[in-house]
Amino acid sequence: MTALVDLSLADARTGLNRGDFTSVELTEAHLRAIERRRFLNAFITETPEIAIAQAKASDRRRRAGQVGTMEGLPIAIKDIFCTEGLLTTAASHILDGFRPPYEATVSARLRAAGAVTLGKTNMDEFAMGSSNMTSYYGNVLNPWQRHGAPEIKLVPGGSSGGSAAAVAARLCLAAVGTDTGGSIRQPSSFCGIVGLKPTYGRCSRWGLIAFASSLDQAGPMTRTIRDSALMLGAMSGYDSKDSTSAQVPVPDFEGALTGEIHGLKVGVPCEYRPDGLAPEVIALWDKGISWLKAAGAEPMEISLPHTQYALATYYIIAPAEASSNLARYDGVRYGLRKAGNSSLNEMYMQTRAAGFGQEVQRRVLIGTYVLSAGYYDAYYLKAQKVRTLIIRDFQQAFKTVDVILTPTTPTPAFAMGEQMDDPITMYLNDIFTVPISLAGLPGLSVPAGLSPEGLPLGLQIIGRPFEEQTVLKVGGVLETAACFTQRPSLAVAN
Amino acid sequence: MSLNKSTVRAIAFLARLDLSEEAIEPLIEELSAILQWTEKLQSVDTTNVEPMPCINFVQSYWREDAINDGGYAETVLTNAPESAKGFFLVPKVVN
Repeated sequence: MTALVDLSLADARTGLNRGDFTSVELTEAHLRAIERRRFLNAFITETPEIAIAQAKASDRRRRAGQVGTMEGLPIAIKDIFCTEGLLTTAASHILDGFRPPYEATVSARLRAAGAVTLGKTNMDEFAMGSSNMTSYYGNVLNPWQRHGAPEIKLVPGGSSGGSAAAVAARLCLAAVGTDTGGSIRQPSSFCGIVGLKPTYGRCSRWGLIAFASSLDQAGPMTRTIRDSALMLGAMSGYDSKDSTSAQVPVPDFEGALTGEIHGLKVGVPCEYRPDGLAPEVIALWDKGISWLKAAGAEPMEISLPHTQYALATYYIIAPAEASSNLARYDGVRYGLRKAGNSSLNEMYMQTRAAGFGQEVQRRVLIGTYVLSAGYYDAYYLKAQKVRTLIIRDFQQAFKTVDVILTPTTPTPAFAMGEQMDDPITMYLNDIFTVPISLAGLPGLSVPAGLSPEGLPLGLQIIGRPFEEQTVLKVGGVLETAACFTQRPSLAVAN
Repeated sequence: MSLNKSTVRAIAFLARLDLSEEAIEPLIEELSAILQWTEKLQSVDTTNVEPMPCINFVQSYWREDAINDGGYAETVLTNAPESAKGFFLVPKVVN
């Protein structure tokens, strides 16, 4: 029998339904795994007591015939979701001791569906980063290692690095992440798991600590496409507490996984093949195209001409929104406070200087500058206009194609300390994911193969707004063709 | 756009960040480099292009303008570093 921690969400659901094991047994197996892999630093807060209590309650509900869609399934929650009464940090010093008096809609929905919470996962501070190196609570270790080089410590990607590492290492069946410019998809690619950023508006942002409000979106991080569909269904839906939440029906995502993609038109954007792109990434992309073709789809070259401007656009818009969102951390209402004896201004300034890490300070400063009088039009307004052009590129493309296929990241996971020389090098990690975020479209990263050094690489499927069903269906075809069954070397052993 | 020290200091004040000399020095170059890198946007023709502040795929909706939540002053204050008599406390502002 497959070890409990190796099960997919869907198979664990079947096992629970059949009575092969209880939620308490399943939860205990994961709590042991978390303990044995504490060195990965995937969690900021572990909640074993809460998990066991929830699992017991779930087993009781099941005996009473009440079975939710995620009933009894242990998952982890990125520490950017406010969880009632439970420490919530966004991996920042400035939120020291913050226990939200309310629950985020997404985590509340998962709990209402019966899910068991194992803890809160590590991340880049305020979700700003692509390596998980900006966390106040320390780096997360990627459970994958380069062939023959176990001494080299790799990053799990970011910002949902703790969630990705935990899912890959079998510390939870699945995890919730958030994605602003690639924060679900890039770590999913680096850790060899499935990561879905839904359409902007699909999942409520209420209770999600804001980074860039016009871009932030919660999504599932799982080991299979079916699990992604299952969990997305539990997370989605209109919420009156979020004015950008979309009033659209939640379809049966799992039911869409038919494998039938005959005649489906797959766009392959020429701008995603820049000079110098790693040959293994190009090779895997070509393989992905041929897999979809073999399944009856019709690949065709398309052009998204403003792609080259997406990163610069993002690195004006996201910091601008962040500087505004992060203005609320001032030492008055929650978290850290420094210098209580001084003036109010000094208290603000010292609290924020002590509470925010370097990358967060950098982005707050950039954001403040591009929003300041005299520069607003030249930077922020200009970026918003280019954003319109990027959106139009996709609208144009989706007149002829049904989905778009690209690599998720330009490289596999890098080592801690690499790419740290200057901020812009780090920003380039998101080159293939940022345009999709700017356009608000659904994007799915599917593990599709290994690099020559043995590290996972993902392919990204992009769809029309609210067409997650199509995206997942194509993802299912890629998953079957790629047959990605390798486990990371630091995953919990059976 | 290249920033100088006094501009970085001014931005830091606007952002309410108390940055030391050692913190400001590297930022001058880093922030300038990021801004220069974004300058390629200036070459994009955006004549008659509307700015996109936020994606809205579906029509926004109206709701009644009525109070539907609130009354948790005590709960809200539980996370305050300092509070008294139902208020947040801050350093003295007026003598």
